[in-house]
Order: sequence, then structure tokens, then C-alpha cells
Amino acid sequence: MEQFMQQVINGLSLGSIYALIALGYTMVYGIIKLINFAHCDVYMIGAYVGYACMTFLHLGLIPSLCISMLACMILGVVIEKVAYKPLRNATRIAALITAIGVSYLLEYGMMYFVKADVRTYPPLEGILSQSFHIGGVTLKAMQILIVAVTVVLMILLQIIVKKTRIGKAMRATSQDQDAAELMGINVNTTISFTFALGSALAGAAGILVGVYYNSIDPLMGFLPGLKAFVAAVFGGIGVIPGAMIGGYFIGIVETFVSGYGSSMYKDAIVFAILIIVLIVKPSGLLGKATREKV
Amino acid sequence: MLEIKDLNVHFGVIHALKGISLTVNNGEIVTLIGANGAGKTTTLRTISGLKKATSGQILLDGNDITALSAQDRVKMGMSQVPEGRRVFTDMTVLENLELGAYLRRDRAGIKQDLEMVYDRFPRLADRRRQIAGTLSGGEQQMLAMGRALMSRPKILFLDEPSMGLAPLLVAEIFDIIKEINKSGTTILLVEQNASMALQIANRAYVMETGSIVLSGTGEELAQSDDIKKAYLGG
Ligand SMILES: Nc1ncnc2c1ncn2[C@@H]1O[C@H](COP(=O)(O)OP(=O)(O)O)[C@@H](O)[C@H]1O
Ligand SMILES: [Mg+2]
Repeated sequence: MEQFMQQVINGLSLGSIYALIALGYTMVYGIIKLINFAHCDVYMIGAYVGYACMTFLHLGLIPSLCISMLACMILGVVIEKVAYKPLRNATRIAALITAIGVSYLLEYGMMYFVKADVRTYPPLEGILSQSFHIGGVTLKAMQILIVAVTVVLMILLQIIVKKTRIGKAMRATSQDQDAAELMGINVNTTISFTFALGSALAGAAGILVGVYYNSIDPLMGFLPGLKAFVAAVFGGIGVIPGAMIGGYFIGIVETFVSGYGSSMYKDAIVFAILIIVLIVKPSGLLGKATREKV
Repeated sequence: MLEIKDLNVHFGVIHALKGISLTVNNGEIVTLIGANGAGKTTTLRTISGLKKATSGQILLDGNDITALSAQDRVKMGMSQVPEGRRVFTDMTVLENLELGAYLRRDRAGIKQDLEMVYDRFPRLADRRRQIAGTLSGGEQQMLAMGRALMSRPKILFLDEPSMGLAPLLVAEIFDIIKEINKSGTTILLVEQNASMALQIANRAYVMETGSIVLSGTGEELAQSDDIKKAYLGG
């Protein structure tokens, strides 16, 4: 039982990270039907920005988190404007290949600037370095923080998407771009805003991972990015609550497999799940079985 | 009010609109009829800014709007009910109507117009919290029309509002179009259902493969032998 609870706790913190990244994949897919391969590198950049803030500027975690989110927000918007916008009317495969190109550019561009070495975040101090023991279960303060930050961000996101004008524009544009334009919605602004939101969440995930696992490198985005993508597909790509559920599901599965089975198989299991989902319900858990629009 | 001069539109090598010109005067109902593929939808999409013209001019109240964005055209008082209704299927009726007023900031006026739409389409009032995707075809058509009215347009464009609807509903929709016109909105109505459209229109244009081939008053065209043969079944 203790072992079980411990895995749930570990799974929730890992799942939070996947959920934060998955949201960016799913929102961008929802609005421009592009799998933004560069998204996982925005997460990596977020980790580096957080590292710089905490190591060189000696800022606290929360200010660093905000700066990291802001930096990624700008990066996401620039990527869209420079790389994807010119291809808005091109074939999907052209945009997809461009996304892969942007991903490599960010990864190897970072490698050029910061070298390929693994870097470590400064050690945590004060309350954040604490662990709490409840029965046989260990609960780290950082785990609580990760889950808390994620939940707060998700609530904010829900409010933005459901209640605000720009959020309504996002939903309208992702459902029917032409109809949205006929309402007077500026589709370009709306797409930029979507990239800004998704990238900010990825930035948050980046710094949280940096602080929690302590080591970052320019290729760190690849595997979490892939798993977050699996999470988004699992939940139903394009569906925001789907990405949240998917993220937590994948996080928990992964910790359970490493906890009870072998950590060697955890990645294999995650991708096996993807394959099963794609066979059983191609539109994902919360996705609607939609016909491809012609 | 609306004047189109020598408009050309291409899809790649396809020359979809071949120099069409037409005018809609303030307060009129003008209809544009023609067979499937004639270029009617392309005309409306170009007027609303969803499709760029290759050459030609679109004037609204004498201002050249050819280069303006779709958003600016909505601001200037143009609104469209697109072909196939295109309601936001995952949103509620109310959310759809609110999106129609997207560019407006006058809360009181929006509320007033919401009531106006509910008065005009009582079925929407009963279903305001219902998801638009679950409405029937006729209700979705009404929602698309209500949504378009929420921007308080000076001129309303309707693209085949009768498409796929039972005759009784078609008659109802056409009655509502007349009422909307009576309350001061100029209308350009695109239809394949020529007999119905000619009955309510002040003037009409007939389109064939990207060109306007005939024009006249609704009555004239309804009497014309060519039209009878081609569009009115005898
Ligand atoms: N997106 C498009 N791509 C290529 N050709 C198109 C497109 N939309 C319309 N067309 C062509 O333009 C012509 C006019 O189409 P349309 O305006 O839809 O006609 P209508 O509304 O009168 O049925 C047709 O020949 C059609 O094939
Ligand atoms: Mg058409």
C-alpha cells in the first residue's frame, strides 16, 4: 500500500510535467492542425532560461518560473511567425517537416551556444529542499510545488479558454477558421496567442524539471516531448482536458512500470499504449470521431 | 451600397470569376442565382475577404474595400451566413450568438440584439444552452442567421440558406429573410432555389461558369423563358 501511494505521488509529479507539455501540442494541433515538433525544444529552452535566472541572477524559483514562461512565450510566437505562418496554406507535410527542422535548429543551436554538457541547477534551499514522511511514504516539497503550479496553471488556462474573449476566439478558430473570420476574429492574432499559451506552459515544465531532476542538456526535450505527445494523442489531440488527463495517465503508468516492473520497460510500455489507443480509439479518450474535413 | 466592378478570382489555374460586376442598392434584396459550380460561393467569399481577388474592385458605400481584411469588413457592417451554415458545433447556441457580436463592445446593445434574435427565432431561445452540433439542419440555419445578425450588419450575405431543408422550413426561412430586410438590412441572397429567390428579390443576377449572363428585376427574370427553362423546371 505504501509502495502504491509512493508511486501515485511520483506519478502525479511526473504526470504534471507531461500534462503541461501535452497542452501545448494539443492546443496548437487544435488550431492549425500541425504537430509542432519544436514544442519539446521550447520546453528545453525554458529549462535553460530558468537555469540562467537561478544560477547567474540568483533569482528565486517563482520569479525564474515567470521569466522562463515569458521567454518561451516569445519564442513560441516567433517560431510561429517565422517558420509556420508562411506555410499556412502549404501542404501539411511541408509544415511538419519545417517543424522538425525548427526542432533541430533549436537543439543544435543550443548545443553551439551552451555546449552539449549536462548542467545542474543550483541545489534547493529552505523549505523547497524538505521532504515529508507520512507513514512510509516520502513526499518532497518540490513534488507538491510541481503539482500545485500545474494545477494553478491549468485552472488559469481553463478560465482563459472558457471565459475570455481571446479564449472564445481560440475555440472558434479551432472549430472553423473561415467561420471565425466571418465573425471578425483576427485569426493570425488568435494563432499567435495559442502558441504563446502553449509555449509558456512548456517553459514552466522546463524549469520545474530542471529544479526537480537537477540536470538539463540541449537534447533533454526529446523523450519527454515524445511522451507528452503520446499523452495528447491518448487524451484526444486538440482536446484540452484530454491532454491533462493523458499527461497524468502516462506519468502514472510510467512510475508504476518502473516501480513494480522494470524501468527498462517504461518507455516501451508508454509507446505500446499509444499503439493500442490508436487501434482501439484513434480519436483518443475524449476526442470525437471526426471525419477529415475536405 | 455594394458595388462590384470587373472582379476576377482564380484558384491556381482555374478562373473561377471572370470579370463579374454587380450592384446592390441600399434597402434591396438582390439575388444571385446559378447552377452548382457557377461561382456564387466564390463571389461571396471574395466579398467577405476570405478569398483574395486577382483583380477588380469591391466598393462598400463608395469605399474601396478590396484590400481590407475580413475583420475590417465585418467592422464596416458586412455579415455573412456561409454555405453549409458553419455554426460552431461544439459551442452552445448562446456562445455562437455571442461570437456573432465579437467585434462589438456595447454590452447593452448586444443584449438587446440577443433578445431581437430570440424573438425572430423562438426555437433558438428554447435551446440557448444546447450545443449547436445537436440542432437540426433548420435550427442550425436559423442559428447561422441569428449569429450573422448579431454584428448589426448594414448588408447581409446569405449563401444558399434553403440548402437541404424541407419545403415548409424553406418558406419559413424566406419569410424571415423578408422581415430582416424590412427592418432595414440590405440583402444579397445566393440561391440555387431560383423560384423562391426570385419571388422575394427586387433584382436578380444569373451566373454561369464564372460570368454574369443575365440581370433584371425579380419579376422579369421569373417570366424570362431562358430562366424558366434552365432554373425553374420548364
Ligand atoms: N477551394 C477551391 N479550390 C479550387 N477550386 C475551387 C475552390 N472553390 C471553388 N472552386 C471552383 O470554383 C468554381 C466555382 O465554385 P463555387 O463558387 O463554389 O460555385 P457555386 O457556389 O456557384 O456552386 C468551381 O468550378 C469550383 O470547382
Ligand atoms: Mg456554393
